[in-house]
Amino acid sequence: MRNPPLSQTVIRGAVHSPRPHDSAARQAAGDALYIDDIAEAKNLLHLYVAQSEKAHARIVRMNLDAVRAAPGVVTVLTARDVPGENDASPIAGDDPVFAEDIVEYAGQSLFAVAADSLAQARTAAKLAIVEYEALPAIVTIDEALAAESFVLPSREMRRGNAAKAIRKAKHRLKQHFAIGGQDHFYLEGQIALALPGEDGDIFLHSSTQHPTEVQHNVAKFLNLPDHAITVEVRRMGGGFGGKETQGAWFACIAALATRLTGRPAKLRLDRDDDMIMTGKRHDFTVTVEMGFDDDGRVSGAEFTFASRCGRSVDLSASINDRAMFHADNCYYFENVTIISHRCKTHTVSNTAFRGFGGPQGMLAPERMMDAIACYLDKDPLAVRKINLYGKDRRNITPYQMEVSDNIAPEIIADLEKSANYANRRAAIRAFNQGSPYLKKGIALTPVKFGISFTATHMNQAGALLHIYTDGSVMINHGGTEMGQGLYIKVAQVVAEVLQIDIERVKITATRTDKVPNTSPTAASSGADLNGKAAEAAALTLKRRLTDFAATHYVVDPSEVHFLPNRIRVGKRTIAFRDLVQQAYMARISLSATGFYRTPKIHYDPQSYSGRPFYYFAYGAAVSEVIIDTLTGENKVIAVDILHDAGQSLNPAIDLGQIEGGYIQGLGWLTTEELFFDGKGILKTHAPSTYKIPACSDRPEHFNMQIFARGKNAEETIFRSKAVGEPPFMLAISAFNAIADAISSVTDYKAYPDLDAPATPERVLLAVDRLRQRAHASKAGAK
Amino acid sequence: MTSYRQRIKYIHHGRIVELGAVDPTMTLLNYLRYEKALTGTKEGCAEGDCGACTVVLGEAGEDGIRYQAVNACIQFLPTIDGKELITVEDLKDEDGALHPVQQAMVEANATQCGFCTPGFVMSIFADMHNGATTDRQHIDDVLAGNLCRCTGYGPIVEAARNIAGAGTKDHFHEREGETLSLLKRLAAEDTLHFTWQGRHYYAPDTVEELADILDRHPDATLVAGATDVGLWITKQHRTLPVVVYLGKVTALQKITQTAEGLLIGAGVTYSAAWPTLSDFHPDLGELVRRIASTQIRNCGTIGGNIANGSPIGDMPPALIALNSRLRVRSKAGVREIPLEEFFIDYGKQDLREGEFVETVFIPVPAVGAHFATYKISKRFDQDISALCGAMSLYLEKSIVADIRICFGGMAGTPKRATTVETALIGKSWDTATLDIALNRMGEDYAPLSDMRASREYRLLAAKNLLRKFLIETTDSGTATRIVGVKGIAHA
Repeated sequence: MRNPPLSQTVIRGAVHSPRPHDSAARQAAGDALYIDDIAEAKNLLHLYVAQSEKAHARIVRMNLDAVRAAPGVVTVLTARDVPGENDASPIAGDDPVFAEDIVEYAGQSLFAVAADSLAQARTAAKLAIVEYEALPAIVTIDEALAAESFVLPSREMRRGNAAKAIRKAKHRLKQHFAIGGQDHFYLEGQIALALPGEDGDIFLHSSTQHPTEVQHNVAKFLNLPDHAITVEVRRMGGGFGGKETQGAWFACIAALATRLTGRPAKLRLDRDDDMIMTGKRHDFTVTVEMGFDDDGRVSGAEFTFASRCGRSVDLSASINDRAMFHADNCYYFENVTIISHRCKTHTVSNTAFRGFGGPQGMLAPERMMDAIACYLDKDPLAVRKINLYGKDRRNITPYQMEVSDNIAPEIIADLEKSANYANRRAAIRAFNQGSPYLKKGIALTPVKFGISFTATHMNQAGALLHIYTDGSVMINHGGTEMGQGLYIKVAQVVAEVLQIDIERVKITATRTDKVPNTSPTAASSGADLNGKAAEAAALTLKRRLTDFAATHYVVDPSEVHFLPNRIRVGKRTIAFRDLVQQAYMARISLSATGFYRTPKIHYDPQSYSGRPFYYFAYGAAVSEVIIDTLTGENKVIAVDILHDAGQSLNPAIDLGQIEGGYIQGLGWLTTEELFFDGKGILKTHAPSTYKIPACSDRPEHFNMQIFARGKNAEETIFRSKAVGEPPFMLAISAFNAIADAISSVTDYKAYPDLDAPATPERVLLAVDRLRQRAHASKAGAK
Repeated sequence: MTSYRQRIKYIHHGRIVELGAVDPTMTLLNYLRYEKALTGTKEGCAEGDCGACTVVLGEAGEDGIRYQAVNACIQFLPTIDGKELITVEDLKDEDGALHPVQQAMVEANATQCGFCTPGFVMSIFADMHNGATTDRQHIDDVLAGNLCRCTGYGPIVEAARNIAGAGTKDHFHEREGETLSLLKRLAAEDTLHFTWQGRHYYAPDTVEELADILDRHPDATLVAGATDVGLWITKQHRTLPVVVYLGKVTALQKITQTAEGLLIGAGVTYSAAWPTLSDFHPDLGELVRRIASTQIRNCGTIGGNIANGSPIGDMPPALIALNSRLRVRSKAGVREIPLEEFFIDYGKQDLREGEFVETVFIPVPAVGAHFATYKISKRFDQDISALCGAMSLYLEKSIVADIRICFGGMAGTPKRATTVETALIGKSWDTATLDIALNRMGEDYAPLSDMRASREYRLLAAKNLLRKFLIETTDSGTATRIVGVKGIAHA
């Protein structure tokens, strides 16, 4: 209902109340518009991007005559047609929109065809004559390390002397493993729609988490001022980091077609092109060594991370930094060295993906906790507990930030109890005794995730709030909606501050001409930053209305109170809309901007020291799995989660993030395998070959709770916490549970080597290796 | 000569819609989105794997209308001829109120980015009209063909469960009689055949007509569910000069059960065959459950699965282990061959010009015979096998009297492990014999490494599946399966 009766007691849509997603009804009805759903203009141009077939090659010849002459073709766009800079990178200037003379991955864009239909554009593109001179391609991390091929210099973070501490420790363990990448598999692929405006201006619909960067990149690409380009994003059909930087070049291509022809132009990648052309989660190799005492207390830890960044820098600096920032997870390592190599390979340039390096970093200590426990024949949870950050001591991270809000011990204790961890662990061991082929495993792993962009300047946001004379409100802010529920959360903030029902608040599409110079909706920061900016705008208008009411009715401002949908002014009560009307008549401005910058954060990226994060979000999960030791097939059969959302702005939305994050993390660690052949060609580029979790992968036993005592120690928006990324890492418990089940084949005497994702193949081979090792050591003992 | 009808007729919004000649391979999804501007139905993958394009087709069934969810992205528009089309836009009431399924999705917080939502709505809607239950396994099977990247599925399962539990009725129930009479009217129409830009579309009604058309057009592409051929269009962008749709050939849609075995028409869909195959052997039922998704099983046929000659073959390994026979027909007549002989080499089948697969016959196994089939894939549901094995064993006093072992994914075709079989026959069915026989598996198979699995894994897992079969046939008390009817993680 568009104008439901106003509530009198408590407003509808207050903060901390569960509300459905703002678009839920429209999405279910099929009415929610995504960019490809916008009615097509009659003269719309359709674009197709031709791609390199080689991972690394010099383009010797590119003859496009036949392409230009093909039916329906209006224009063909190449690097030579770019009026400005042929680049769509976020930072480094190394992401050419169209290849110039060298191609550096299979799938890199060569040229684009604009035609009257997509079929014509695609057919024409195939007529190109492209000759390559093959150059040696570096595909894997190991090849890159051997060739010392890096996109950025290697970095090191250290405290104390880890090597010495490990040497002097009573026990030492070393693990080496590989972690696969992950495709975002947002259901809506990359898309941009450019519309011509007056004076050569261009209006762009772009499915992007970073409209400002798209605007700036398109302007630079077309050699136009930023003000000539307006970017709008109403919603994305999923983002997950995959639309933080990747949308810009498709927007550039669409905008160029419009610029050159004066016609609207649409570029939509189909699934295969999307998966081949765009960046993914970085795959990593990890070597980690720890020294520890009889209790499992770690005295020294050395980590060496190497990641596959692909052909360009993109966001790899911050992503690899974040991996380093999370190599401690919840644990205090007195002496620690963390080395990070950022490998250049001739594969697609990897990019942001939920967790942003954090998950890869965190998997290392979590596997070590289990390996140590296995070595010492202890419960892994006991080893974890003994290594947790302390409250007053042992509370400084490797990057010199004090962990001042540590609630990991409480969350772990609560979950251990509610999930009945100890009894289930015992029951599983008993089950495994009696089950020769199917084995169960269990693990409880915690998460501590740093909240803030580590690039400090990005921690800012703006909002724009209008109150119309009927008392209805329009809110706009720099955050984008990709399904995470940001819009409803920010609307709840506005409703709360102004004490009006949420139906009175209209959430409008994110646009660069409403709120400029925004940061990407990323790093879980959307609600923290934009909620605060919207609150600031709402408080400004509330103050104006308060002052107006006080003046108009001659009372002290302290006697003006905002009640649900009305205002008490002294002894009288006035409907919100009436006061607004009166304020308008009195020529009070009913429009305001709001701005927010995250306080307290500071950090020196050279020395890796300071306070990169405003606060930490915590959580923990227990996963129980079963594996088939004859085939390696595996399945999660029970999940229990306790997660910290501070004082949740919207528990319904946050539970959705928690569950969705866990399942997405589960896919990363189990079924989702990116397979590049030896020549660097991606062979898994559609859902027929790339398997994200399906419905049945979500166990029936899936208990999740928001930590009831959660309250942000910092003054965040209504003391809530960011919740987009942290739950993703709860799925590490599933990976560790699989390792626990594998370990059972040696009666828990040995801990398995296991790379991620734990496909049936990797699990079976791990089981086999472990059995052979046990067999060999038995034979040796004889 | 048959008199042909040239206009496509289908039912939408309770009315018959007529279309002149169209591109015979235009997908239903592109028609909806770009011709009709009905953009509620989404494209997520264009290969029938994500379900964002799910729509529902209604056909006259034995007791009322049978509503089936299908993937619009790979269905060819002309194949909806004679059916009722329902898209997400059609669900709301006339007054704009959400359909109960849509409302349930909203109330369960089952939408996030919303792009997959219409597809889920349509899958649950179809299920609601097909006797939905609240059983988790059932819901998983209904939704296996719909991918959601945001929610983790819990809220969607909750919505499906709420709908199933409520015994919900909607406006499609109200107008069922009316729709049924329209469907019957369309069923009485002449055979559809049209030509568009020199390309032909035929939808014959009888095998004789079909044989005639193939005789005239040896280059014709036969299409039943289009679950494979659809991808020739959406992924390979091929142009097909002649398309012959098999969905109207009623003789091909029959399953006949006799004391000797099961005779399955080549046009029988997986969904239609599922109950019978489950009764025949629970492992066959479980195999069908694991093949693709509801949407694909509603279209894909067992005959098509055989005729396309996939090296993995979802059904063929099991059918070969069961000693099935294939009947092919052409204008010249029919011939019968053992199914295993049909698969000559990678991409090459024993199908001569003008021939089509007519039936497959599965003989009833001997009394006391053992049979099992296993599928290994990265994901349990809706995934293509890395390997798929089937074994059929007949013991005489624990001596192997006969054994047939067939694997998919281990060679260029579904292939029997004849060396291993020979090494087992006449021997005692035990671990020692099996270990010796398995040492020779490398003589039967030299599998490839690809994105689904390595050669090393395929060989090891194939051996282990035989070990599993030995365990299951000799020690029935031990748990060996994670999923399925005998699975200990059975939902």
